[in-house]
Amino acid sequence: MQKQIGTSRGFSLSDPRIRAWLFQIITIVAVVSMGWFLFDNTQTNLQHRGITSGFGFLENSAGFGIAQHLISYTESDTYARVFVIGLLNTLLVSAIGIVFATILGFILGVARLSSNWMVSKLATVYIETFRNIPPLLQILFWYFAVLLPLPGPRNSLNIADSFFLSNRGLYMPEGTMADGFGAFAVALLLAIVGTALMVRWANKRFEATGVPFHKFWAGLAIMLVIPALSVLIFGAPVHWVAPALKGFNFVGGWVMIPELLALTIALTAYTAAFIAEIVRSGIKSVSHGQTEAAHSLGLRNGPTLRKVIIPQALRVIIPPLTSQYLNLAKNSSLAAGIGYPDMVSLFAGTVLNQTGQAIEVIAITMSVYLAISISISLLMNWYNKRIALIER
Amino acid sequence: MTTHTFKPDMPPPRKSVGVVAWMRSNLFSNWLNTLLTLFAVYLIWLIVPPLLSWTIFDANWIGTTRADCTKEGACWVFIQQRFGQFMYGFYPSELRWRVDATVWLAIIGVAPLFINKFPRKAAYGIGFLIVYPLVAFWLLHGGYFGLENVPTSRWGGLMLTLVIATVGIAGALPLGIVLALGRRSNMPAIRVVCVTFIEFWRGVPLITVLFMSSVMLPLFLPEGMSFDKLLRALIGVILFQSAYVAEVVRGGLQAIPKGQYEAAAAMGLGYWRSMGLVILPQALKMVIPGIVNTFIALFKDTSLVIIIGLFDLLNSVKQAAADPTWLGMATEGYVFAALVFWIFCFGMSRYSMHLERKLDTGHKR
Repeated sequence: MQKQIGTSRGFSLSDPRIRAWLFQIITIVAVVSMGWFLFDNTQTNLQHRGITSGFGFLENSAGFGIAQHLISYTESDTYARVFVIGLLNTLLVSAIGIVFATILGFILGVARLSSNWMVSKLATVYIETFRNIPPLLQILFWYFAVLLPLPGPRNSLNIADSFFLSNRGLYMPEGTMADGFGAFAVALLLAIVGTALMVRWANKRFEATGVPFHKFWAGLAIMLVIPALSVLIFGAPVHWVAPALKGFNFVGGWVMIPELLALTIALTAYTAAFIAEIVRSGIKSVSHGQTEAAHSLGLRNGPTLRKVIIPQALRVIIPPLTSQYLNLAKNSSLAAGIGYPDMVSLFAGTVLNQTGQAIEVIAITMSVYLAISISISLLMNWYNKRIALIER
Repeated sequence: MTTHTFKPDMPPPRKSVGVVAWMRSNLFSNWLNTLLTLFAVYLIWLIVPPLLSWTIFDANWIGTTRADCTKEGACWVFIQQRFGQFMYGFYPSELRWRVDATVWLAIIGVAPLFINKFPRKAAYGIGFLIVYPLVAFWLLHGGYFGLENVPTSRWGGLMLTLVIATVGIAGALPLGIVLALGRRSNMPAIRVVCVTFIEFWRGVPLITVLFMSSVMLPLFLPEGMSFDKLLRALIGVILFQSAYVAEVVRGGLQAIPKGQYEAAAAMGLGYWRSMGLVILPQALKMVIPGIVNTFIALFKDTSLVIIIGLFDLLNSVKQAAADPTWLGMATEGYVFAALVFWIFCFGMSRYSMHLERKLDTGHKR
């Protein structure tokens, strides 16, 4: 009979399994008692200060104005609505920032790899400058040193009589629904469905017969022709109204308030520098042998890039790219530095000061960010598993 | 018999060497490249001359008040006049030598670590790490052995930025290593605790952490016990940063081949000794560049303490720019602050790249 090594009978501290149990029990006891200690202190402190805990305050009326709200808001609305407005403003600036940072970042990343010496050096200088300056400093710079000293609305910078940049922000033409809107929406839907069907058909035919089909151009044609027809028959879908100067400010049109503008510019400039480096390393990670192999198979430059290089580069690019997106969303909380009404400055700033419900407010704010980052990292893990190389 | 002598080599064709050839292949190889070059030149022409004239040629360098800034360009007089505030905050001016002494001590103390042949480097390094913080605290804060007390509310400027960054990383390192080990532990309870801790701090922005440390920490503590503002911020920064350090260290632990763990176990080393003598020395060496990178991130993040009202470099500049006697100096102030931050961050990132090359010796099979 073989006797298993390491299973001594009885209780002994030198038995690793018993020690493992002991360590874990100690850890759990320590964590729980720490939690209890904090909870107990908080309870007493709150009682002494006369603060009632709970989320009831969310129903109270806020009573302060907000510079930018995507949904209707009056001062008599509740704190809960303030929270939603803050959340929407955070999402708005994150979304705009992500779109522009991605575009700029990809351009810069490719430019840095360019064979053109001048272009690649310019991109390098940009990247090294902007990623080594704190984002908050960039935000303050754009806000206090560039946007606020701009002339007032009367002397605003006029771009083609429809865009006006002044210290009140950037005024843009506003689109309102016109007669052709319904028809246009239907046409767009039709075009999308048509393109999807076409792609499915083309893929099926390609798999069956090997005959390629110009999916991109056909799709582009469908997407352009059907909506264009709808515009011709039913009229324009959107009616553009340019902002007009009345009195001391503009009337009509969409406005990007200076806080939003400064935040967008700074976050875009900062994040784009990081995205550029990610793109560069992604493209460089695909070895040159891949290009040569594709060329020797008879693929030209375009298909080589689209079918061989980019799919492999994306595998390296996408995970860090998402974490940059997450960073941008988290950095949008720096809005508190210039008073853009995002979730942190509005909710963890103003609402906290007014109500004194520190624990509830901070807990809500943190859990929103946690929810965002956990859901994105779950998505990323799923994506990573899907695209991971299956190695032999 | 005839002797063959080789003819001397022909010089390379003119088109393939020299400046012209370089420009032909790097700037004007085809029409697209030419277009890009012209565009780049246009961009440079658009940006560089105005920038140079603003910062240097048309700038005002001499004077004492705003009225001395008569020329078009930047008014560096503002920076000269407020330099003390930007560097030391409200630290009493007759005591500022103490800050300087702290910095010089750090430089002199660290220098031997960069000398390759210095004897007993590890022992010296550990000793320095233990002694220096005490001396630095004594010098900066005072209150003992005859030095006058300077409360932390008077600390500020670049000095405060450096204090937060260095204390943050020094506190976060040990905590981060423990968390990384815990995350890779076989014991489920410890792993769960560490993963939760790390993911929590990595999931929230530093601003909310600072908010929390400034408004919630006083509620968490027993009544009557209170920390000063700087210490509260430091606690928040350390907890936040330790999660990031933990992830970097975990990367190093994962990169150690399994054979090393097995070899340590085969030598009869227990968990702590195998970690301390075999795994961590290798893993930590590998992740030094990564740690420098998190330090750069932390250094940039220190500017966030502006939100809770500490006067670091950025906030000092912001305050000085709001001074009515120096109105309109925001640009100069922020450009100066940006330059200081940039020099530190760029220098450290170069250093981290250098380390990466230097340490890239083994482990790859």
